[in-house]
Amino acid sequence: MKVYRTLKTAFRALRRNPMRATLTTLGIVIGVAAVIAMMEIGEGSSESIRKTIASMGANTLLIRPGAASSGGISFGAGSGMTMTPQDCEAIIRECPAVRFAAPVERVRTQVVYAGRNWVPIFIYGTTPEYLNVRGWTNLAEGECFTERDVRNASKVCLLGQTIVRELFVGESPIDKEIRIKNVAFRVIGVLSTKGANMMGFDQDDIVLAPWTSIKYRVSGTSATTANQSGSTESTSTTNTLSNLYPNTSVQLYPGQSAAQAANNPMPVRFANIDEISIAANSTAEVPVAIKQITGLLRERHRIHADDADDFSIRDMTEMIKALSSTTTLMTNLLLCVALISLVVGGVGIMNIMMVSVTERTREIGLRMAVGARSRDILRQFLIEAVVLCLVGGAFGILLGHGGLYAVNIFLKWPIKTSLPAIIAAVAVSASVGIIFGYYPAWKASRMDPIEALRYE
Amino acid sequence: MELIELRNIYKAYRIGEIDVPVLKGVSLTVRQGEFVALMGASGSGKSTLMNLLGCLDRPSSGEYWLDGKEVSRLSGDGRALLRSHKIGFVFQNFNLLARTSALDNVTMPFSYTLEHYSDKEAKERGAELLERFGLGGRLDHEPSRLSGGEQQRVAIARALINKPPILLADEPTGNLDSHTGEEVLRLIGQLNEEEGITIVMVTHDVNIAHHARRIIRLSDGVISNDGEVAANSAVSRVAGGGGSK
Repeated sequence: MKVYRTLKTAFRALRRNPMRATLTTLGIVIGVAAVIAMMEIGEGSSESIRKTIASMGANTLLIRPGAASSGGISFGAGSGMTMTPQDCEAIIRECPAVRFAAPVERVRTQVVYAGRNWVPIFIYGTTPEYLNVRGWTNLAEGECFTERDVRNASKVCLLGQTIVRELFVGESPIDKEIRIKNVAFRVIGVLSTKGANMMGFDQDDIVLAPWTSIKYRVSGTSATTANQSGSTESTSTTNTLSNLYPNTSVQLYPGQSAAQAANNPMPVRFANIDEISIAANSTAEVPVAIKQITGLLRERHRIHADDADDFSIRDMTEMIKALSSTTTLMTNLLLCVALISLVVGGVGIMNIMMVSVTERTREIGLRMAVGARSRDILRQFLIEAVVLCLVGGAFGILLGHGGLYAVNIFLKWPIKTSLPAIIAAVAVSASVGIIFGYYPAWKASRMDPIEALRYE
Repeated sequence: MELIELRNIYKAYRIGEIDVPVLKGVSLTVRQGEFVALMGASGSGKSTLMNLLGCLDRPSSGEYWLDGKEVSRLSGDGRALLRSHKIGFVFQNFNLLARTSALDNVTMPFSYTLEHYSDKEAKERGAELLERFGLGGRLDHEPSRLSGGEQQRVAIARALINKPPILLADEPTGNLDSHTGEEVLRLIGQLNEEEGITIVMVTHDVNIAHHARRIIRLSDGVISNDGEVAANSAVSRVAGGGGSK
């Protein structure tokens, strides 16, 4: 009730000099409008920067098997045979920080169509998920192969733009057959242009096909053939495809008998893959994803706590750093601009409130004479200042927001409506009112009623 | 019954290093329902005495009993409360809020009372007072559209809105021509007679002082003369015969 009456008094006092009230709030209006505009343009820009960098793969991870070695000769990173498509499925199933995962089987060989041939940088056998991992789902033409194609090892493929250019000069490649290492694959889709990656490799120089087709029909390096290791007697009797782990150690104890093996069946691995491509939920969740995947794969590969991983996970650390420093810089810059404009607006309010207090000295004296306590006077002027600031803030939000729509329509700048910015603007304008209104209000409340009444 | 009792009031203002005494031992009593005029040359201390009576200021020493309570040592808030409930002020220059309707001017003191009135109640009481003072048709007028006499009547209505027992008038007719001044004085006299409101009026004009029933003269910080106005003057005042002998 008291507050309501004080508010009414404040509005009445402001209405007595509408021109001055308007001009005073103009400072706050512009300040808040600037804050809103800055915040929203900033949000929009960093959002688009984030998207751009994410499309370059900032949230992707690459898992490769560790190095295999035989007789002291290491075969280098990725030569291990310990990673399977089932690992990939398990990662999707059990790691909540992972959004997409796709197995990749790599091969480098010749691709032939009609009279032309080409050796693409990337021939990837994978699953349809791979396009999600790379954020590459918008195809230029045709469609992607399906899970069924993967299960059937269908001879279908997607081509990158470079290959289309090199092999099909001006022709549409859809439904044509190309030969990859003499195996005929039907082209069912064309990828959109992606350009070079961070290392300068042409990412459009790519052929994508189901990993089963590449593995079994093209590269032909299934576990049984491309084997750098001996296999234990017992497992080879149950399943010749399961000689996955390079085993160079001397067998100290006799292996399992057939009966023992039947009682304790080992998970049967049919094939290994070259790498697993992962997309984490977001750039921020990359470290979490790494942790979850490491735990899962160590468990699945039955790695003893003291032993080293038989795989390696790599992320785009440098890219993430660039991303976060860009956004931090941007946010701080905008914050500075916003603060300055609001302080300027606040000083304007203080200035006018001082003038107003002086001008209304007699009124203050009168109010004291009819029974206003000094805290009533303080409250009245403080509320006046806050009302000015809040009204200014409200108009500032409208102006800033409306202006941004115009900017968005005419200049096509990316913007993003941010509720926190609006809340912050309101909170800040109210506190500017309190902070800069306090001194004039305090001065008013300290007045001597006799002096004030006599003031001319 | 004594409404106001001053006992040996001293008041000194400190100017630089020296205390300048303004009131030098004023003692006086005013009973309920009296109409007192306070006279004196400028510098005699009548304004200071008025401020003390109105609880706007505190005496340097002495006692001030208002309505049976010693109030000279009250805090600022305590005096503010007294001012809102016990005392109404009328000023020479009206002191109305500009660009505020007469009704809003009259109801303004309600913002600072302990009791809460709804907007409707406040409006009704304000309008009632203004109508009684012949301003029924001027409720929405801003002070700039009112004549001097009307403005002073609005100011008196404002002073009375909280039904105070005392009305302090500081040269209420000082800014008015003699005719409207007469009207205002008649209104004040009426309030005193019909409602029993105690009135203390500062003036330097003997003619105006004669509207009162008692005149207190101050000179040089002490009361030099305190006496009833002759009855015939009072009669002529009641008869409305100009009252200025």
